[in-house]
Amino acid sequence: MSATPIATTRSTAGMPTARLAVWWIIASEIVIFGGVLGSYIMHRLAHGIWADYAANTNPWIGLFNTFVLLTSSLAAVLAHQAAERGDGQRAANLLYATCGGGLVFLCVKAYEWSYEISHGMTITANTFWSFYYTAAGIHALHVIAGMVLMLFTASWAKKNEHLHRVEIIGIYWHFVDVVWIFLFPLLYIAK
Amino acid sequence: MAESIPVEENGHHAGDHRDHGHHEMSFSEKYIFPLDHKMIAMQYMFTGMFMALIGGFFAYAFRMQLAFPGIEVPGWGVVSPADYNSLVTNHGTIMIFWVAMPVLIAAFGNYLIPLMIGADDMVFPKINRLSYQVFLLSAIVILSAFFVEGGAFGGAWTAYPPLSTKAEYSLTGLGSTLWITAVFLEFVAFLLGGINFITTCMNSRAPGMKMWDIPMVVWMIVIASILFMLSVGPLLAGGIMMLFDQNLGTAFFDPDKGGDPILWQHLFWFFGHPEVYVVLLPAVGIVADVMTTFSRKKLFGYKTVLYTAIGTGVLSFTVWAHHQFIAGIDPRMANVFTVTTLLISVPIAEMMFVYIATLYGGSITLTTPMLWALAFIFEFLIGGITGIFLGASGNDIYMHDTYFVLAHFHYTFYPIAIIGTYAGFTYWFPKMFGRMMNDTLGKLHFWLTIIPFNGIFLPLFVLGAAGQHRRIYDYQNFPELALPWMQDMRQFATVMLLIMLGAQVLFFYNVITSWMSGEKAPKNPWKANSLEWTADSPPPHGNWPEGLPNCYRGPYEYSHPDREEDYWPQNEPA
Ligand code: HEM
Ligand SMILES: [Cu+2]
Repeated sequence: MSATPIATTRSTAGMPTARLAVWWIIASEIVIFGGVLGSYIMHRLAHGIWADYAANTNPWIGLFNTFVLLTSSLAAVLAHQAAERGDGQRAANLLYATCGGGLVFLCVKAYEWSYEISHGMTITANTFWSFYYTAAGIHALHVIAGMVLMLFTASWAKKNEHLHRVEIIGIYWHFVDVVWIFLFPLLYIAK
Repeated sequence: MAESIPVEENGHHAGDHRDHGHHEMSFSEKYIFPLDHKMIAMQYMFTGMFMALIGGFFAYAFRMQLAFPGIEVPGWGVVSPADYNSLVTNHGTIMIFWVAMPVLIAAFGNYLIPLMIGADDMVFPKINRLSYQVFLLSAIVILSAFFVEGGAFGGAWTAYPPLSTKAEYSLTGLGSTLWITAVFLEFVAFLLGGINFITTCMNSRAPGMKMWDIPMVVWMIVIASILFMLSVGPLLAGGIMMLFDQNLGTAFFDPDKGGDPILWQHLFWFFGHPEVYVVLLPAVGIVADVMTTFSRKKLFGYKTVLYTAIGTGVLSFTVWAHHQFIAGIDPRMANVFTVTTLLISVPIAEMMFVYIATLYGGSITLTTPMLWALAFIFEFLIGGITGIFLGASGNDIYMHDTYFVLAHFHYTFYPIAIIGTYAGFTYWFPKMFGRMMNDTLGKLHFWLTIIPFNGIFLPLFVLGAAGQHRRIYDYQNFPELALPWMQDMRQFATVMLLIMLGAQVLFFYNVITSWMSGEKAPKNPWKANSLEWTADSPPPHGNWPEGLPNCYRGPYEYSHPDREEDYWPQNEPA
């Protein structure tokens, strides 16, 4: 297709279309996580014994990962700033740093899960562990998806193309981060 | 003459933009992987209609079994109990998710939103195309279940566990997994599509088009998309849990191992009830446009309709457990849900009154689209009123899972999905294909659809009230349900179904012959106001290559006292 439609550049609502869209995506994702977490909370309240199961999760690892994600979000903010200034190269580098945070997060998760699985705490062990792996697993998929999109964004930013997308992917990344902020206390601390 | 902004003023190169129409596109660019919202709309429309034929065929097969138990059904063979379950399950699933959703939301939304708000396309054409492709994939997945070992899913369209999670109950293994995967993919497709609808409508309106100048059908599709987005999440989550239960051996919904089957019901109906409004609202919007055009009157209470639609949307999140009155929920909860359910009938009734008030005193022309619009109101009223019966929990304890419920929701869904679609399709046909439809055939098709429709479902109210339970394969096994008058009614309903399905051949014949050789349609055959009628019929790629329209007023300015003509197009300066 040769020309971009005008529709993509108008802005009746006074907000860039891409930013509007990402907020709608986030709204629909909130209800997905809302479904899982709402179900988890109802079950958690109904099964006192889950406190014993939850005692097996390692809050220090969770805390470390929270820290990693928050730091990566900071890098995303700085990338946005750089993009606003038109410094695509720096924005790209900061996005790579954000991705690096995502990678550390995933590696720590992999370590944590393999430890737990090897000690019999598998997804089928009981409903607590089913929720544990499902909720964190869906979240991890979002981390991976965010990283993939971020690598694309960085490669554009490096060429000073589509710089406004740096902000968009940043918003998404903050959302992924915020979901973790909910998961962390629910899965690691509420014992 | 209508004024329009030259394209350059919108920050674009005219030549650049005109490339849309003239740039040589290959066949596959144009028809198979299009970016043009109108072509994507057609893809959705015809995929939806194709799926409707399949869903209709399933209905034919199981109704034949009900009317003439054990016979060899032509085209299917003997319907075994497992067949029966997969037929009803897939009939329901396909009609809601692969017919009503793609046609009412995706096809009409894609076609109408840019044209009616004066834009040249959706804001994200590539996401739009992706949405259709994911949808097509989902359709292939759900149909493929019929060819795998064990056959297609038979755990009902509501997929209650443990029936749906255990092969020994639903008799299907891979079929269940394919079913839930297909539904999941379909939801993803509509989430992608919804992003486009909402952002396009927020950001790409014609200069001068204020919120209250947006045609009702566009509003309704946007509200429906928002409702869908906010309600589908929990079910997507539930879908993942169900996939894990089926395939990994988790026990989210298995009470034996600490799970909870009622949890699924909550997740399902928290989505499932708003979903009925997701498909209702676009049809209500279509009817608004058709009715005002053919009664030459302003829509009575434009804002009222809008506020009630939003109110219905909000309320629809509070009624879901009226589907679970006999699922063992606390009776005090049942009271709460009875109240909210009865409350939601108020805005719905209000919408219907508004429409009747619009008709009052209008100069009505009974064109084919208008007939469909009137039938919509008439039939939907029956659906809505019987909903009130069911909403009262005490009554529902008796009615639940009987044919009364079945008749209720067919009197709501059928007007929406079938009658609403026909109203819209026959109304916009001249715009879509540049030809007029044959009106005589259209009217014949109308009567041959509407009369048998009532013939099918009115008896089911009676049967339901007499205690006929749903999802039973052969009533001969239950002496109190095998009374001769009951069997007569079942046969009558089935014969009516055959007539109605036959009449649809007429529709397709009409579409094809009118498309090929119908009378050429002018730009504005119905003398309607909204912006789509200012584009050529059919509109070229880019919709208005000579420049996008401006907007000066609302879409329903018919019979304005100060004007000679009885209509006042939105793009005409005062
Ligand atoms: C006017 C307001 C409405 C009320 C008060 C109402 C009420 C109800 C109630 C209480 C039930 C549960 C009956 C039972 O299973 O025992 C029900 C079922 C159903 N309704 Fe409605 N309804 C209304 C409008 C609609 C609309 C607009 C639609 C469709 C677009 C719809 C579609 C359905 C469906 C599909 C079911 C059955 C689901 C199943 O069990 O398979 N209803 N309705
Ligand atoms: Cu409902």
